[in-house]
Amino acid sequence: MTTGATPGPAVPPPSPAPSTASPAAPGPGTQGPPPGKEPSPPPGARGGPGRRAVPAAFADLRNLSLLGVLAALVVVGAITRPEQFLSGDNLQLVLTQASVIGVVTVGVTLVIIGGGIDLSVGAIVALASVWATTLATQEYGLGGMLLCAVLVGLGCGLVNGALIAYGGMVPFIATLAMLASARGLALQISDGRTQVVTVDPVLELGLPDAYVLGIPPLVLVFAAVTVVGWLVLNRTTFGRRTVAVGGNAEAARLAGIDVRRQRLMLYLLSGLCCGIAAFLLIVLTGSGQNTNGNLYELDAIAAAIIGGTLLSGGRGTITGSVLGVLVFTTITNLFALNNLQSDVQQIAKGAIIVAAVLVQHRTARSGSS
Amino acid sequence: MTPPVPSRRGLLFGTAAVSAGAFLTGCTSNESNEKGGAQDPAGGTDDKPGKAVTIGFAGPQADHGWLNAINEQATSRAKTYEDVTLETTEGSNDTAQQIGQIETLINKKVDVLVILPADGKALTQVGLKAMRAGIPVVNLDRIFDSQQAYRCWIGGDNYGMGLNAGRYIGEQLKDKRNAKVVELAGLDNLELTRQRTKGFDDALKNYPNIKKVARQAAEFTVESGQAKMAQLLQAQSSFDALWNHDDDQGVGAERAIKQAGRDEFLMVGGAGAKHAMDAIKADNTVLKATVLYPPTMAASAIDLARALGQGKGVGGLAEQEIPASLTLYSAVVTKENVDEYLPTGFS
Repeated sequence: MTTGATPGPAVPPPSPAPSTASPAAPGPGTQGPPPGKEPSPPPGARGGPGRRAVPAAFADLRNLSLLGVLAALVVVGAITRPEQFLSGDNLQLVLTQASVIGVVTVGVTLVIIGGGIDLSVGAIVALASVWATTLATQEYGLGGMLLCAVLVGLGCGLVNGALIAYGGMVPFIATLAMLASARGLALQISDGRTQVVTVDPVLELGLPDAYVLGIPPLVLVFAAVTVVGWLVLNRTTFGRRTVAVGGNAEAARLAGIDVRRQRLMLYLLSGLCCGIAAFLLIVLTGSGQNTNGNLYELDAIAAAIIGGTLLSGGRGTITGSVLGVLVFTTITNLFALNNLQSDVQQIAKGAIIVAAVLVQHRTARSGSS
Repeated sequence: MTPPVPSRRGLLFGTAAVSAGAFLTGCTSNESNEKGGAQDPAGGTDDKPGKAVTIGFAGPQADHGWLNAINEQATSRAKTYEDVTLETTEGSNDTAQQIGQIETLINKKVDVLVILPADGKALTQVGLKAMRAGIPVVNLDRIFDSQQAYRCWIGGDNYGMGLNAGRYIGEQLKDKRNAKVVELAGLDNLELTRQRTKGFDDALKNYPNIKKVARQAAEFTVESGQAKMAQLLQAQSSFDALWNHDDDQGVGAERAIKQAGRDEFLMVGGAGAKHAMDAIKADNTVLKATVLYPPTMAASAIDLARALGQGKGVGGLAEQEIPASLTLYSAVVTKENVDEYLPTGFS
């Protein structure tokens, strides 16, 4: 529900656009027009009864400002490349390219909310994609490759989780170690080669024939993972415990939460997301390569932070992270359509990240006063 | 072929063509060499076992099809000589680590060093150090900053790669009015990428009817190739030719082209991967040619290192010493000549 709606408001840009121009002052006034607010109220309304009312309101405002940034980007796109940017094909492309990193980001967001960090996601994606395309896995067809990718992801997540939850290792170090060894293993298994996929059902999943109602299957998986992630975080005991552990682990332990088990599960979920993302990447590129997932860890963490997730844990939303991913992907798309060179792209990307965070802070402050 | 380029480059080209030919013949006949030593008074590299030579080989991490092929070419070439012992270091993209590895090889007192630096400028000092220690260095592909740091340089011609890709595309499109060309470049912070683009642009200047309408840089990976190509296809609703700098990222680029259902243009690849040559041969995709950047240079580097170690010249050349530099030729592989080059295709 939430996911389906998030890309939606990006399309009719005119109304939310002004809200970015002056985000601080008319903040409350703009509450009316954007249709994207429709899905947001649930957390806000639900926030009423509990102590989380204030943080939830913050999160909503943050998402609103991100929607504003996204809308501004859409306006720029519509002005600079009117024929291409708003075309259905391009919209599909943006969503498709957001899906791989998007799925990873959902997992990473949960880990960060739970007070941890996962630096190994890119490497796990690489390992899972290489493993699923080599070692005779392709002989087992689509199902075999999918299963392999998911199992490798879960396996890496299990190692991460066990080291951190039961081995007492700092998440930063444990997942950094996983980053190094998973990349090494991926390089070893692939022997430095690009593993080209020959399994037709896998390849076809990435072609337009496989679209469901005009939506690429990759995007559907991304949407499904987002919805599940949102439900897990907002509608389950597991989600509440995650927030509690991330906010104050000691208090959570005293309240009777099995903190270690909770942490293990979070890294498992992150690994699972990486496995799914790896399979999506195989479908997208028709191959597995040890360089896959390069710098995903940074992109995913950045998207989560921009989306309002607190790096120290205890607060964050799946919707915000997904919006963060969409902002990044839209920027990339915008740059490519306007044929910007990569140096300019990098500078502009940095500037936009700073702008997005600044806008958020101002929105949050004006919301609190 | 050479008129538009400065004469020094022309000289290099000539040297490259001649010596590449010389090496190719050398390649094919190294198992049973019956040519005899009478061919030149200087006594070129023959394959008769000579003085035992230990060659140290240090390269970057083989995380890419082409680099992987470089390592394999070096290793398998060394195995064909019974008088050669190869000491290979673990590949690394970390400058400090690679310097340490080369210093270890110097301390082991290998007879000759073959170095493919991850970064030529950054490794110049260690090349100098080896030369001062009396170990001749064969600098492979990415060139050191100082000519004192190596005895011989052998490598590919990035500028020529762009030039030949541009010429091929130019010839294909010369009768087409307002032809549009798109470039999918490699990693933009590498000098070689800029050289490839420069060569390409220079070649296109000879064809006023052709305009380069877009250029995006990918990262030599399948993933980046797919992503950037998908965007380029969105940005350009139709064009006539595409030059993709690298066949590895080409796997992703071709996938994006298939996903977009486009086929109105011809595509030229770069490097010479086997899958690209197979596609050119089958002639059922947009890929019609690839510009070589042959990893066989690593095998040739071993030949040169052996010759250096044994104090020989090069067969087929009148000189008594091996040359100071050798630039390979970036041949254009098309359907017509693909069979000739298929054996050098790497996967």
